[in-house]
Amino acid sequence: MMKRREFLKHAITVVAGLSLPLAALRIVQPERLFAGQEDLRWIFLVDTHKCVGCGFCVRACKIENEIPYDANVTRTWVERYVVTTDGETFADTPIGARDGFTDRRIDLGEGKFKEIKDEEIEKAFFVPKLCNQCDNPPCVQVCPVGATYRVPDGVVLVDRDWCIGCGYCIMGCPYGVRFFHPVYRVAEKCNFCYHRITKGLKAACVDACPFGARLIGNARDPNDPVTKTVLAGRVGVLKDEYGTKPWVYYLGLSKEVR
Amino acid sequence: MVHGEVWTIKELFVYPNEYIYWTVQIVMYPFMTGLVAGAFVLSSLYHVFGVKQLKEISRFSLVFSFALLPVALLPLLLHLQQPLRGIEVMLTPHFTSAIAAFGIVFSVYGLIVASELWFVYRRYFVETALALREKAGRSLAENIRYRLYRLLTLGAYDLSEQAQELDDKAVKILAGAGIPVACFLHGYAGFIFGSVKANALWMTPLMPVIFICSAVVSGIALCILTYIVTMEIRKLIVAWRRKPLPVLPLSEELKSAEIQVVTMTTRYLVMFMVLAITLELLDLIFRGYTAVKSWDILRSVIYGRDFFNIFVLQYGLGNLVPFVLLLLPRLTIRRAILATTLVLLGVFMMRWNVVIGGQAFSSSFAGYMHYQLPIVPHDWETFREGLCGALMVGVAPFILFWLLCKIFPVFDCPESE
Repeated sequence: MMKRREFLKHAITVVAGLSLPLAALRIVQPERLFAGQEDLRWIFLVDTHKCVGCGFCVRACKIENEIPYDANVTRTWVERYVVTTDGETFADTPIGARDGFTDRRIDLGEGKFKEIKDEEIEKAFFVPKLCNQCDNPPCVQVCPVGATYRVPDGVVLVDRDWCIGCGYCIMGCPYGVRFFHPVYRVAEKCNFCYHRITKGLKAACVDACPFGARLIGNARDPNDPVTKTVLAGRVGVLKDEYGTKPWVYYLGLSKEVR
Repeated sequence: MVHGEVWTIKELFVYPNEYIYWTVQIVMYPFMTGLVAGAFVLSSLYHVFGVKQLKEISRFSLVFSFALLPVALLPLLLHLQQPLRGIEVMLTPHFTSAIAAFGIVFSVYGLIVASELWFVYRRYFVETALALREKAGRSLAENIRYRLYRLLTLGAYDLSEQAQELDDKAVKILAGAGIPVACFLHGYAGFIFGSVKANALWMTPLMPVIFICSAVVSGIALCILTYIVTMEIRKLIVAWRRKPLPVLPLSEELKSAEIQVVTMTTRYLVMFMVLAITLELLDLIFRGYTAVKSWDILRSVIYGRDFFNIFVLQYGLGNLVPFVLLLLPRLTIRRAILATTLVLLGVFMMRWNVVIGGQAFSSSFAGYMHYQLPIVPHDWETFREGLCGALMVGVAPFILFWLLCKIFPVFDCPESE
C-alpha cells in the first residue's frame, strides 16, 4: 500500500507534469507571437488609373520572393484589357507581364495574336492582380492539413514544411493566385511580402512601382492614407459574388475586369 | 517546368497561374472509390435485403470491394506533390476541409468491410485451419497456410449452430451499417468537388448524390463483368479437369447458373442507371435554365469543346447503348459483357468530364485549357500523372483480387448457412 504522504507527492508531480505542456502549447501559438496585434489589418490598394503595365512589380516580386524567373507562374501579375468600339473585350497577360507589354497585339494563346487598330479601340487599361488576403479565404477552408492559415493581421500564409501538395487550395481560389512552387513543390502564393511588411518595409511590388499604382496600409489606422482612400473613395473589389471578402481594393475598376 | 505546364494548352485569356492541376489520377480516384462503394452495395443487397438471387455474386463482390479499397488510396498518393506527407491528412486533419474527413471515413469503411469479410469467412478459416492441423507432415507451404489461417480465425474456433447464427447476424448488421458508410465514402468524394465554389462546373449540391448513383452503377457493372470473366475461366478449367474426373459439374450447368445471376444483377444495374442519368440531366437542365454568370462559358464547354466526350462517349455509348442492350429481351452473356463494359466506360467518362471538364475553362470565364494526357512518360511526373499511372491504378485491384482469392475463395467454398 502507498502511504498518504507518498500519494500526495505523486499526485502533485502528475498534476504539475500535466499542466506544464498545456501551458507551453499556449505560449508557442505562432499567430499570437507574430501577428497578435489587435490594431493591425493589412490592406492593399491598386490604382488602375496609374498602372502603365511596365511589369516592374512582377519582376521585383519574382526576385524578392525567389520564384524562378523563367517559370511560368507568378505571385503577382498585370492584365491588359482592350475594349473595342463594337463592345468586344480582349484581355491578356503575356508571362504575367513580367517583361511588360512589349507587343501591341493581344496574346490569344497557342501562338496566336490579335491585332487591334487604334481607331477600333474604345478604351484600354491595365489591372495588377495579387492575392486578396480574403477575410473568408476558401483556400484556408479547404486545406486538409491546415498548412495554409490566416494570421490575425489578415494575411494568408502557407507552411512549406506542412503542405502535402494536394492542390485543393489552388482549385478553391477563384482568383487563380495560387500555384505549385517549382522548387519546393508545395502551394505558393502572394503574402504581401510578409517577411518585409512585418519589419516595417513595404511589399516589393509597392516599392518597385514607379507610378504609385500599388499601395499597402493598415486598415485599423484611420489616418493611414490607404485606409482613408478606401473609406472615402469609390473603390471596388474583385469577384465579390464568391463571398470571400477580399482586402485588395481597386480604384477605377471596370466591369470588363475578370 | 511548372507542375501542369507539360499537359496544359491555354487558349484566350487564362490567368498566368492556371493549369490543369488535377489530372487523370483525380479521375481515377472517384472512379475507384465508386467501384468500391458500388461493389459493397451490391453485396449488401443480399446480406441486408435478402435478395436470394444475388447470393453467389454477393460474396464475390464483397471480396472485390475489399481488393479495390487500398487501390482507392493509390491515385491520391500518386497525385500529391509531397506523397511522403500524405499521412498528415490522418495525423493533423483540418476539419473545415472535405478531404480531412478522408482518414476517418476510409478507415471506418475499411474496418467494416474487413470485419464483414471475417464473419463471412470465419467458418472457412476454422475448417481449413483444423484440417491442416490434423494433417501430419505438412510441407512448408502448408505450414505457412496453416499459420495464416490459424491467425485469421483470431482464436474463435466455435462452429456450433449458435455461433454461426451469430456470425450471420453480425454480417447482416455490418452490411447494413456499411451501406450508409459506403455511400458516405463516395458521397464525400462528390462533396470534395461539389463544394468548390470557385469552380462553376463542380459547384452543385447534387454532386454527392450523382456521385453515389454513378458509383453504384459502376460497381455493379464491374462486378458483373469480373464475375462473367472468372466464370468463363472456371468453365475452361472445369472442362479441362473433367476429362479425368467426370463427377465435376458440366460447363452447361455452370452456364445456366451464370446467366441467371447476370440477368438478375443487371436489373439492379438498370435501376441505378436510371437514377444516375436522371440526376445528371436534372443538373444540366437546371444550369441551362438558371443561366447564371458562368453559363456562357459552361455552355461553350459542354455543347462545344467537350461535346464528343459528354454526349457521344458518356451519354451515348456509356448510357444509352448499354441501357438498350440490357433492356432487350433474352440477355446473353456476350451482350452483358458488352453492356457492362460500356457502362464502365460511361462512368469513367463522367468522372473525366467532371474532373478534366471542370478545368477546361479559366476562372476568368474568358479562356480555355486543354488537357493532353501524357502517353509516353519521359519523367516521373508524366509517368504518374499520365496513361501509365492510370493503367497501373486500373490493373492493381485485379492483382489484389487474385491474391485475395487465394485466401478467401470466392467460388469453391462450403456454404456458410
